[in-house]
Amino acid sequence: MNEAIPTTAAPLARLIDEFYKLPGIGPKSAQRLAYYLLRMPPVEAQALAAAILEVKEKVGLCSICQNVTETDPCRICSSRERDRSIICIVEEPLDILAIERAQSYRGLYHVLHGAISPIDGIGPEDLKIADLLNRLRSDEVREIILATNPNLEGEATAMYLTRLLRPLGLKVTRLARGLPVGGDLEYADDVTLARALEGRQEMDG
Amino acid sequence: MPLNARLYKTEAIILRQRRLGEADRILTLLTPALGKMEAKAKGVRKTTSRMSGHLQPLTRCLLQLVQGRTADVITGCETMDSFQQLRQDLDRLSRALYVAELTDRLLPEKVTAYTSYRLLLDTLRRLDQADDIDVVLRYFEMRLLDQSGFLPQLDACVNCSSPLAPEQNFFVPQAGGTVCRSCVPGLAGPRPLSLNALKVLRLLQRGSYNDVARVKMQPDLAQETEHHLRSFIVTILERDVNSAAFIERLRREDQRQPLEV
Repeated sequence: MNEAIPTTAAPLARLIDEFYKLPGIGPKSAQRLAYYLLRMPPVEAQALAAAILEVKEKVGLCSICQNVTETDPCRICSSRERDRSIICIVEEPLDILAIERAQSYRGLYHVLHGAISPIDGIGPEDLKIADLLNRLRSDEVREIILATNPNLEGEATAMYLTRLLRPLGLKVTRLARGLPVGGDLEYADDVTLARALEGRQEMDG
Repeated sequence: MPLNARLYKTEAIILRQRRLGEADRILTLLTPALGKMEAKAKGVRKTTSRMSGHLQPLTRCLLQLVQGRTADVITGCETMDSFQQLRQDLDRLSRALYVAELTDRLLPEKVTAYTSYRLLLDTLRRLDQADDIDVVLRYFEMRLLDQSGFLPQLDACVNCSSPLAPEQNFFVPQAGGTVCRSCVPGLAGPRPLSLNALKVLRLLQRGSYNDVARVKMQPDLAQETEHHLRSFIVTILERDVNSAAFIERLRREDQRQPLEV
């Protein structure tokens, strides 16, 4: 056997390694991206590098709601048009984008940055729960909406928060669970169907 | 080879899950005939997935799978038992997660597991319904230790084999069981074992679940039994059981006064 001769220039190999660390990027995609960058005009490559640096420098967490933001407090927390008596609790910043897209919520948010998953060793102390309790010290808040994911970890988190928040005399609500728009009844699981029946509503008109 | 030779069906209980890529999950399953195994569930993190509701951890379901190169892929599923009570109560849920974690850590992969499957199913049903959920856990721990070949020796002293006197003895996880007073000096990690706790441990080892469920234990006896079994399990696994910490936390917060804000 011959000694393996490195066929990729060292800086290029380093770039491939860096891409490979990213989520969803396999070895082939990493190579393709690196070679693409190599052929890119220098200006564009610099713009990409600058964007990466800028995001690390300027974007942080909002000290109130823990969402990612470039201004502190974030735009939602500092907006005068938002209803300050209601806080919607989500697992990840991306969940805020989804709820904002629906354009039917005008209150504030709180990002937990995860969900309780005892098997993986993620407990309440690993989430932004203490920050939430701090926010509730003022009398402004009347309702908490639990908008964690409707899966096992999200439910566990919602139940845990309910235990914590109920004694404070707040109204604690949970997003409704039921049949998805465009879905088929025959494929629905027992839990979803049971919840959909519980939460049935009278037809208008 | 016929087209569907790689297709098979099995009953399974989902132990845990982890994310894979954009919308997939890898599930750890316990099946009766194929034992503990991993399977890929594609697209189940999208809200439009028809399978995601059936594939939550702690669900018993009927699966259709296709053999894959690395992991088998789930192509169809139907819930057989979703243990709804257990899902709506944090105390029950935290214990069920502990049960799933222990099953995952103690059983080997791809070894037939009829008895362990039966035990897991019975335990989840009990956690769904029983009043004393901690006794359910103790019985499960002892049975699973037995089935995985780690049953502690409780009949005699592991060191000198002499029968134990009816007094306080010692439990030494590293030695594999009970140790009498005269043998304990020089052994690492001895834990004082009360006579009552010894009786409970022996009952857990030999009795049926119904025998065990009839016993009403005082809180300190229940706690002593729990600590002995836990230390034995931690010694075997050479690591902590993650979900035990969450159970502890719930207990602590339950005793505390409501938070002042």
